[in-house]
Amino acid sequence: MLPACARSISKKAANLKALGFLSTAKNNYATEVTYYLKPFRLHKLEQGPAQKTTLTKEDAINYYRQMHTIRRMETTAGNLYKEKIIRGFCHLYSGQEAVAVGIKAALRPYDAIITAYRAHGWTYLMGVDYLGVLAELTGRQSGCARGKGGSMHMYCENFYGGNGIVGAQVPLGVGVAFAQKYQGTDGVCVTLYGDGAANQGQVFEVYNMAKLWNLPCIFVCENNGYGMGTSADRASANTNYYTRGDYVSGIWVDGMDVLTVREAARYAVNHCASGKGPILLETATYRYSGHSMSDPGTSYRTRDEIQEVRQTRDPITSFKEKITSANLVTPEELKKMEAEIRGVVDEATKKAKADSEISMEELTADIYSNNLEGTIRNTTPFNPLEHSRIGQAVNQ
Amino acid sequence: MTVRDALNSALDEEMEKDDRVYILGEEVAQYDGAYKVTRGLWKKYGDKRVIDTPITEMGFAGIAVGSAMAGLRPVCEFMTFNFAMQAIDQVINSAAKTFYMSAGRVNVPIVFRGPNGAAAGVAAQHSQCFAAWYAHCPGLKVVSPYNSEDCKGLLKAAIRDPDPVVFLENELLYGVQYEMSDEALSKDFVLPIGKAHIARPGEHITLVAHSRAVEICLEAANELAGKGIEAEVINLRSIRPLDMDTINASIVKTNHLVTVEQGWPTCGVGAEILSRVMESETFYHLDQPAIRITGVDTPMPYTKSLEIAALPQPSDVIATVKKLLKAQ
Repeated sequence: MLPACARSISKKAANLKALGFLSTAKNNYATEVTYYLKPFRLHKLEQGPAQKTTLTKEDAINYYRQMHTIRRMETTAGNLYKEKIIRGFCHLYSGQEAVAVGIKAALRPYDAIITAYRAHGWTYLMGVDYLGVLAELTGRQSGCARGKGGSMHMYCENFYGGNGIVGAQVPLGVGVAFAQKYQGTDGVCVTLYGDGAANQGQVFEVYNMAKLWNLPCIFVCENNGYGMGTSADRASANTNYYTRGDYVSGIWVDGMDVLTVREAARYAVNHCASGKGPILLETATYRYSGHSMSDPGTSYRTRDEIQEVRQTRDPITSFKEKITSANLVTPEELKKMEAEIRGVVDEATKKAKADSEISMEELTADIYSNNLEGTIRNTTPFNPLEHSRIGQAVNQ
Repeated sequence: MTVRDALNSALDEEMEKDDRVYILGEEVAQYDGAYKVTRGLWKKYGDKRVIDTPITEMGFAGIAVGSAMAGLRPVCEFMTFNFAMQAIDQVINSAAKTFYMSAGRVNVPIVFRGPNGAAAGVAAQHSQCFAAWYAHCPGLKVVSPYNSEDCKGLLKAAIRDPDPVVFLENELLYGVQYEMSDEALSKDFVLPIGKAHIARPGEHITLVAHSRAVEICLEAANELAGKGIEAEVINLRSIRPLDMDTINASIVKTNHLVTVEQGWPTCGVGAEILSRVMESETFYHLDQPAIRITGVDTPMPYTKSLEIAALPQPSDVIATVKKLLKAQ
């Protein structure tokens, strides 16, 4: 009930321009609008994030562009998988875009991110271009890991992947936060995992150490309702994931509303950066596709359920309605942007398909940053392979 | 100098040299280390750089790996490598593979260290050699030092190395005194990872060993010398990379090979060495089949007499050498 109510308030406010905070530009278009946010639930916090926020036209365009780009790239990835151009695994983020975009909006350039295997969207948000992501998916040389990592293993500055072992990225993220504190920055590490990984023992191990050592780690449990095909309530005795850090403060966040996520993330960054230690955000979200491409996603949930979320809670559609009804952006502007995005993604897709794979010599490149093995054994002992160094190791 | 003190001075010197180096593990700080390897370091470097963790191997190993990705040089102590099994996913999947998966971007300069192999009277779960387990994995470097010089020089090299290094110590050697050369006492002393050391030169047979098995070989070689057999003892120092050049050169000279290790036989370190010799030209230099001497293929019993029988002894080495050389 509450979210709907909040939405109608914001819409009304925007339509009536009743709150008096609109600076109106020519032809009656707003340059910024204040919105009421979806309610938060708090765990071990006296005061949560602000319940309203101001959105500038520039940010509105930016978030829409980012969310729509992720959706578009994931749709493309799904098609490439069906064409058998993407091999192996491919986990799509469609439905969850507001989580990544909302969090990214709150980060400073030196904050870090680590996530699990649903990593394409984050890779793009952290600075890898369309081709870098798509060519990694197709396993070609323009991929951000030269096609050697594939869909689950992409990296760039302050982005530590892309990790394929469910839950193992959570200690790593706490380690990145440890390094930030050790180095004396006020940087934070946002460490994302799903409702499935939330039951891994190592996650609880590092809640403990993160709190003990007051590490600037923002744990983000992206609760999309299902760990593969097991619904949250069939896997977790306590499905209030925001409370499962026990002594770690937590916030339940509507993960389908980018502005609500942004406000929670701003709060969390401030919490960590001011030395208060870790915090846990549970972002309630939904994935439209199956767990991976081999999962049609319909045996453990109904098509009606998916349809209903698409129609009532979709993070992109709802944001579009919000910003157009407030006259921040016109539907025409968005339409034009969507066409542009389609154009650049299609162009990058074409390149990612036509791109060549790395040469055979790179089979044995970058196993070590300082190779001491000499040659590397081949399938037979008769023709050993040379080890070579291609990438720029960041921690020499 | 004891092996323990050699390890301690390596840690101390490298921490002094590079403030990115820190130690974490169970009981490493206030308790001075479960085996006292980190004695005094907490007092010297404080809470920031010597960190007691809860008993939570997978968690703290993962934190250490993450911090290495983000610019630090952690030394992650496992109280023993038996407990590192709880964390082996972080060692293999996170530390060893990330550099390759990131196409040479995210290197992981970390040392995982602690006692490995058979101890005394601690039964099956606490007496096991993991050298072959880790050496199996590309992306890791695996070091198994024997004496004090090895420990100091190789631990310093491991800490300075930009890749993940598994550093396998031996509990029973911690308190043993070994001579240190003047050179080894210097702060600049570093031994190269991947180079074996000829602990005793000889002409008649090559004995290849690592860690405590080097001691067994040296004892056996002394006794054999009294019978006119000069065994060459190679201290591997490093399991990955494996220094086949040194082993091959020795076989060319002696025409006989025996490997000695405390670990299990199947897919073990000796098995790997024999395979590599078999695949190379060196094979033609062997006058007799190469032989592995290993721990017995069984979990370790607590029973004292059986525990002794479960591990290779100098007598096993002597008997094998005599058999190969057809000596009386």
